[in-house]
Amino acid sequence: MEIDDLVTRMKQGDRRAVGRLISLAENDLAAARGISARIFKDTGKAYIVGVTGAPGAGKSSLVNQLIQLLVNKGARLGIVCVDPTSPFSGGALLGDRIRMKEDYPPGQVFIRSMASRGKLGGIARATKDTISILDAFGLDYIIVETVGVGQNEIDIYNTAYTTLVLLAPGMGDEVQTFKAGIMETSDIYVVNKMDHEGADRLVSEIESMLDLGENTQLTHDDNHVITAIKKSSVAGWRPSIKMTNSLTGEGVSDLWDEVLAHKAFLETSGMLRQRLEHRFKNEIVEILRATFTYHLDEALDPSKNAEVKSLLEAAISRSKSPYDISDSIGKFIIKKIRR
Amino acid sequence: MVQDKKIRVIVGKPGLDGHDRGAKVLARALRDAGMEVIYTGLHQTPAQIVETVIQEDPDVLCLSILSGAHNELFPRVMQIMKEKGINDVLVMAGGVIPDDDVPPLKAIGFEGFFGPGSKLQDIIDYIKTHLKR
Repeated sequence: MEIDDLVTRMKQGDRRAVGRLISLAENDLAAARGISARIFKDTGKAYIVGVTGAPGAGKSSLVNQLIQLLVNKGARLGIVCVDPTSPFSGGALLGDRIRMKEDYPPGQVFIRSMASRGKLGGIARATKDTISILDAFGLDYIIVETVGVGQNEIDIYNTAYTTLVLLAPGMGDEVQTFKAGIMETSDIYVVNKMDHEGADRLVSEIESMLDLGENTQLTHDDNHVITAIKKSSVAGWRPSIKMTNSLTGEGVSDLWDEVLAHKAFLETSGMLRQRLEHRFKNEIVEILRATFTYHLDEALDPSKNAEVKSLLEAAISRSKSPYDISDSIGKFIIKKIRR
Repeated sequence: MVQDKKIRVIVGKPGLDGHDRGAKVLARALRDAGMEVIYTGLHQTPAQIVETVIQEDPDVLCLSILSGAHNELFPRVMQIMKEKGINDVLVMAGGVIPDDDVPPLKAIGFEGFFGPGSKLQDIIDYIKTHLKR
């Protein structure tokens, strides 16, 4: 079978097979499942870093600087860059590579561009599959760059071990730093464009925002509902703030040291285990949602399920309520999944 | 199960050619036609372009040159592709390619030629009808 062959080739170091596997996982949930069945036990070795922030904050340029730094240290890297899919045409312009066109040694860096394909959380459905494939390929670090985000795209926090939220000066007053959403998902704040006016002020605004939050921390559940919990129940990592210039590379080495410090903190404090639990729970829910959505669409498609029409007829004639009908469709779907 | 196949296209600019208005217009048009377009940016070596093909696994590679170096760079890209065993990607050429240079490029595997004045819809139609997989 195609997947078996590709996985074997990947294990022999064939990068083309890696590229193919990612496409298969992206295009087809059943293929993603088949790939996972063959590689999952080989994953869990790479360290995953997320880079998120507003469009134009400098995410791709910063990732480019991180690549250069890490390549020089001899690390092997996977980069996953997500850009938005057009809600109108379904197409996408994936332009992050433009900032990453240095002549990297091919065996050391694997960059994959990916369209969000309608997913709204800042990464694509297949981003986690792609991370697993790159992980099983044997890379040391995987850096995931999200789409340019607004305030509410926080899926990366459930995916990466260390999340960098990239900010640039000149995007609003200090109230912006108080807002819920991505401002709470950061392990390290990166104030990029440090040479621009207002960078120092932005740093102090984030500092004071963090000071106010010392006693309580806001968290979110799977439905992105945000609640406040006592800080004492969260092991103590106060997000740090680092300044960078992603064009010159200034501050980038210092930033990477902080990423490693956060990694060490997660490992020694036991928080890594907690994050993994959270991450896998999230992933399982996502898979179930996708599976149910698929079966639901099938069940409601009159060309595939003749009963739909008569059920709708029953609603129109008021003999069955929409609740009754959804019960019977629900049972139908569960029976189908069991099979 | 859930299937969501998109046509993936790399728009590449090999060599020391600073003109990419055409490449950008094309990238935008292909996006609007529902394709996923990866633009490499300027000044790519043939080896870098093939490396991008390996990593991004596209269905189509569109190369554009306006500097006159196409007889040097296009065959080089094709040669490296063949060395890497890549034979299921539709490779197209744009930019300024004189008519006399087309047949030898066709002979080595270039398939669609769209110079200045080409209609964007023609390029989209060509891609949709000539995919190799």
